[in-house]
Amino acid sequence: MVPFAGHMMPVQYEGIIAEHMWTRQNAGLFDVSHMGQLLIASPGADQAPAEHALEALLPIDLTTLGLGGQRYSLLLNDQGGILDDLMVTRWPGGFFVVVNGATKTDDIAHIAARLPRDVTLTERNDHGLLALQGPRAAEALASLGLEPAAPGIVTVENLWFMQAGPYRWNGVELHVSRSGYSGEDGYEISVPAAVIAAFADALTAHPAVRPIGLGARDSLRLEAGLPLYGHDLTPEIDPITAGLGFAIARRRRTEGGFPGHAQIMTALTDGPTKRRVGLSVTGRMAAREGAVVMAGDTPIGLVTSGGFAPSLDYPVAMAMVDAAHAVTGTELSIDVRGRSLAAHVVPLPFVPHRYHRKGIA
Amino acid sequence: MPRYFTSEHEWIDVDGTQGRVGITDYAQGQLGDITYVDVPAVGAVLAQGGSAAVVDSVKAASDIYAPVAGKVTEVNAALADAPDLVNSAAESDGWLWTMELSDPAQLTALMDAAAYAKLLADL
Repeated sequence: MVPFAGHMMPVQYEGIIAEHMWTRQNAGLFDVSHMGQLLIASPGADQAPAEHALEALLPIDLTTLGLGGQRYSLLLNDQGGILDDLMVTRWPGGFFVVVNGATKTDDIAHIAARLPRDVTLTERNDHGLLALQGPRAAEALASLGLEPAAPGIVTVENLWFMQAGPYRWNGVELHVSRSGYSGEDGYEISVPAAVIAAFADALTAHPAVRPIGLGARDSLRLEAGLPLYGHDLTPEIDPITAGLGFAIARRRRTEGGFPGHAQIMTALTDGPTKRRVGLSVTGRMAAREGAVVMAGDTPIGLVTSGGFAPSLDYPVAMAMVDAAHAVTGTELSIDVRGRSLAAHVVPLPFVPHRYHRKGIA
Repeated sequence: MPRYFTSEHEWIDVDGTQGRVGITDYAQGQLGDITYVDVPAVGAVLAQGGSAAVVDSVKAASDIYAPVAGKVTEVNAALADAPDLVNSAAESDGWLWTMELSDPAQLTALMDAAAYAKLLADL
């Protein structure tokens, strides 16, 4: 157990590699209750004020986000730097936003200070959050007999990736989205704190489900090429440099109206001076955050996160490097403890995503 | 053959001026799944308490210190293909290197098994 984002959290249960491989092959249950769960809403059925308020903070297009739809977005400062990465889901009564645990206090202050009077921010801190990830997640969650809690909601195994809805379990309402941060199919489930332990016990009673700690959560997201806020993403990094241009909605690129629009459009047009890349590391010694990336004798960047990739059986890293050295196949080296480790640029993700995407069987 | 322990969780088995070094079972448990062991070069001259090897686990890289001064005479070649030997057999087959002690009197600064067990109990 270690202190993390103001909570005591488990690094591992049976061992990081075993937990990592179990999640890739079966289903892993992660307690991610340290993350912030926010509801941003305006009074009445019309959520247009809340929609406009969020679009003023995020480069997202909410006009194309239907009820139950979920989307990845970025909280930006006025220079276009990333303050946090987050998920937004359209609920009937507002927008459900999940933010990182370490940044939630700052996020709430930032957002609340910028909302108009008719839009409210409520922290749902009476709810915990569980992530169930892996190829057997759907089978395991379906076995609990969750009932759709609103008309038109499909059963949990029929949700698509980035689709969400309310469900009832033993009379308690849960919010389930088909999403996660492991690269696998799976769910994130917002559960009232009073029943979350019982719900977690019911899930782990399924033979495919084991509890997974922070260590494997990090190695899974690293293999999936997913950036970790505070490491791969910081206020000094804009979305284009971070390789997250997909999060800048097409309509918003032309219309603007979000913080840092001008800077981000410049980075898009001119190309960023640095880029987030994946590095495959030769040998077995891992390169970790802060290690200097070299092109010959010239330092050209820093590792932002890295470690041993259990699914690949070799070390990988993500690094922020000068754009000239960001092309796939570029041979680089990484200084680690006085050693020079050979590495080359590879496309992200390191391990293919296996999401349950609409239109893909 | 007497076994001595350090407060940094290394062990050394000593036979005359020959020593065999590894990390304790407690240490491997703290490090977690070990993915790579960077052993010293044969012939390297080690200072007591100086960094001699690096054990890389899924969690972090950790320095391993020489329990006493001396010259490396052999390294555990099995670790190249099976670094997890340090997890499964930290105090036997997962040894790291052997060395010729330059000053066996330095052993008096180390702990015996009973003292090390007490150190663990007090952690």
